[in-house]
Amino acid sequence: MKNDFYIDSDKLSAKALERKHQLENDASCRTSHMEYMPGMERIDSDILDSVIAQMNGYDYDRYTAADVESALTHEVCTIEDLKALLSPAAEPYLERMAAKARIETRKHFGNTVYIFTPLYIANYCENYCVYCGFNCYNQINRMKLSLEQIEHEMKIIADTGMEEILILTGESREKSNVEYIGEACKLARKYFRMVGLEVYPLNSGEYRYLHECGADYVTVFQETYDSDKYETLHLMGHKRVWPYRFESQERALMGGMRGVAFAALLGLSDFRRDALASALHVHYLQRKYPHAEMSLSCPRLRPIINNDKINPLDVHERQLCQIICAYRIFLPYVGITVSSRESAQFRDGIVKIAATKVSAGVSTGIGDHESKYTGRECGEAEGDEQFEINDDRSFDKMYGDMEKEGLQPVLNDYIYI
Amino acid sequence: MDNDKLVIAGHEFGSRFILGSGKYSLNLIEAAVRDAGAQIITLAVRRANTKEHESIMDYIPEGVTLLPNTSGARNAGEAVRIARLARELGCGDFVKIEIMRDTKYLLPDNAETIKATEILANEGFIVMPYMYPDLNVARDLVNAGAATIMPLASPIGSNKGLAAKEFIQILINEIDLPIIVDAGIGRPSQACEAMEMGAAAIMANTALATAGDLPLMAAAFRQAIEAGRKAYLSGLGRVLVRGAAASDPLTGFLRD
Repeated sequence: MKNDFYIDSDKLSAKALERKHQLENDASCRTSHMEYMPGMERIDSDILDSVIAQMNGYDYDRYTAADVESALTHEVCTIEDLKALLSPAAEPYLERMAAKARIETRKHFGNTVYIFTPLYIANYCENYCVYCGFNCYNQINRMKLSLEQIEHEMKIIADTGMEEILILTGESREKSNVEYIGEACKLARKYFRMVGLEVYPLNSGEYRYLHECGADYVTVFQETYDSDKYETLHLMGHKRVWPYRFESQERALMGGMRGVAFAALLGLSDFRRDALASALHVHYLQRKYPHAEMSLSCPRLRPIINNDKINPLDVHERQLCQIICAYRIFLPYVGITVSSRESAQFRDGIVKIAATKVSAGVSTGIGDHESKYTGRECGEAEGDEQFEINDDRSFDKMYGDMEKEGLQPVLNDYIYI
Repeated sequence: MDNDKLVIAGHEFGSRFILGSGKYSLNLIEAAVRDAGAQIITLAVRRANTKEHESIMDYIPEGVTLLPNTSGARNAGEAVRIARLARELGCGDFVKIEIMRDTKYLLPDNAETIKATEILANEGFIVMPYMYPDLNVARDLVNAGAATIMPLASPIGSNKGLAAKEFIQILINEIDLPIIVDAGIGRPSQACEAMEMGAAAIMANTALATAGDLPLMAAAFRQAIEAGRKAYLSGLGRVLVRGAAASDPLTGFLRD
């Protein structure tokens, strides 16, 4: 079974449709996904080679129950142990993995769970990523919030008690330039204690500028670490350049950001290899930048507007749980975020094992917090969502539910210095 | 024993248990104060930097001395800024310096800690530096104006006990300030051992926070620390290294 990503909108011109079909069907008309575009910074880093060499050599069917047993008894989880824990041979050991993961989580994080919310400020995008609701060929309502609208949204969110915000845009440098994102960061500093960014990859100098504007954490999803697969999913735009995306976290740290977050979008490619590469990306970067705070997200593919058939394929909840437990056992010190893509039931369960951060009061649309939070129609246009969320709990509900699970919600553990 | 006080920069404390920060809950703080007898509670300034809902500041009972720490600081400059912020927040003059350039093991950076200690001591803070047990660094911290020295026993949160025992003993032997063992104490028996060695106090958090029965573990720590302290004050008996002592003295041949 595979996903059928290609959807044609009847609003596209004949010329646009022709170009779209050409991109989809003729690889030779696509640009090289391994070549940097003009203006993209090159850094001297060997991390990409280390991660990919490990991933390419990973034959997960080679691992046996004995390898998994051995991994579970080791005090320090090696890369070989991680490979065993991510293999099919580990699936019958899920309960034991969860028990070990839970011990590591409690040792490093106690019973705390962090709560944050994302704020999408624009959904314009210059890329054609076939699985994404924001892709430039998908017919959706596009919108970019003005600074006044951003501040209005932030006030509504801050009024709920939320103290950490993640600012997101679609990946359009033209519509959402660095200065615009910087102004959003400055506004966010007024209302929130912690400001993170999930925007298109930038050069280190641009990350430095945004850090000075108040942001301190940068999230970039690699989507898939399989560059050949990546090429077939990201058909056009800056995002197509796979190595520039891979090096985003390192450039962010070079630019002075305190922390960085990583993820593969599970369901796009071979999830075991993508999970291995994500964990090793964190592992190798931590060795090079030991002061940096690192976290992992674990998103699975979700349906989008105009294509409700997109799904995470073979990554069921059991597999997702296996991946998260393996992450925790191998990287006991990293934050693990589980987003509203997952159900309330899954999130309530996984925070008791390994996850340390959850989102609440989530909208992946643009400018709709007032209507979503208060039920009031504000009369203004709203931009469409990036993907369908699953867990729509409000901040208050999430706070209460986490307490009911025996956890202590933490809204901030951070000082901007 | 009644007059046996922990004295830090002229401030007296009857308890030699200090609750560390990191993993907080109302139950933990209650147990630490009621059952472990804690009179000093560490507070991560970055965690207290909150607007609404439950702030740790609200949890701290009256009469307990707050010990704000600088966790999150990656160098001396950042530690100094966090310490000043703590003072502005009304946390008093005590400050525990924590400077980490490593997010994996959270090991303290001794060189930066010396710099921060000097700056903050000059500003009138009562500086309690968390450090990797190194005699030369401890002497530098004394000269920089530290009020206590806080060596780690083993990596923070590891519950591995006195992995650095020999080096902590050297600090106890050579440094005139109170040596407070911080980080890695996982069991009451380890706390007791450190106190027998002559440590002035024990700081712990994870050992309590992750215990099955919080109040019971807190009480166990109190008793262990008191037992170790009494043993230290009484003077430990001799330790026979190998079997019984020789009945014929080795120096029996000496005549005049």
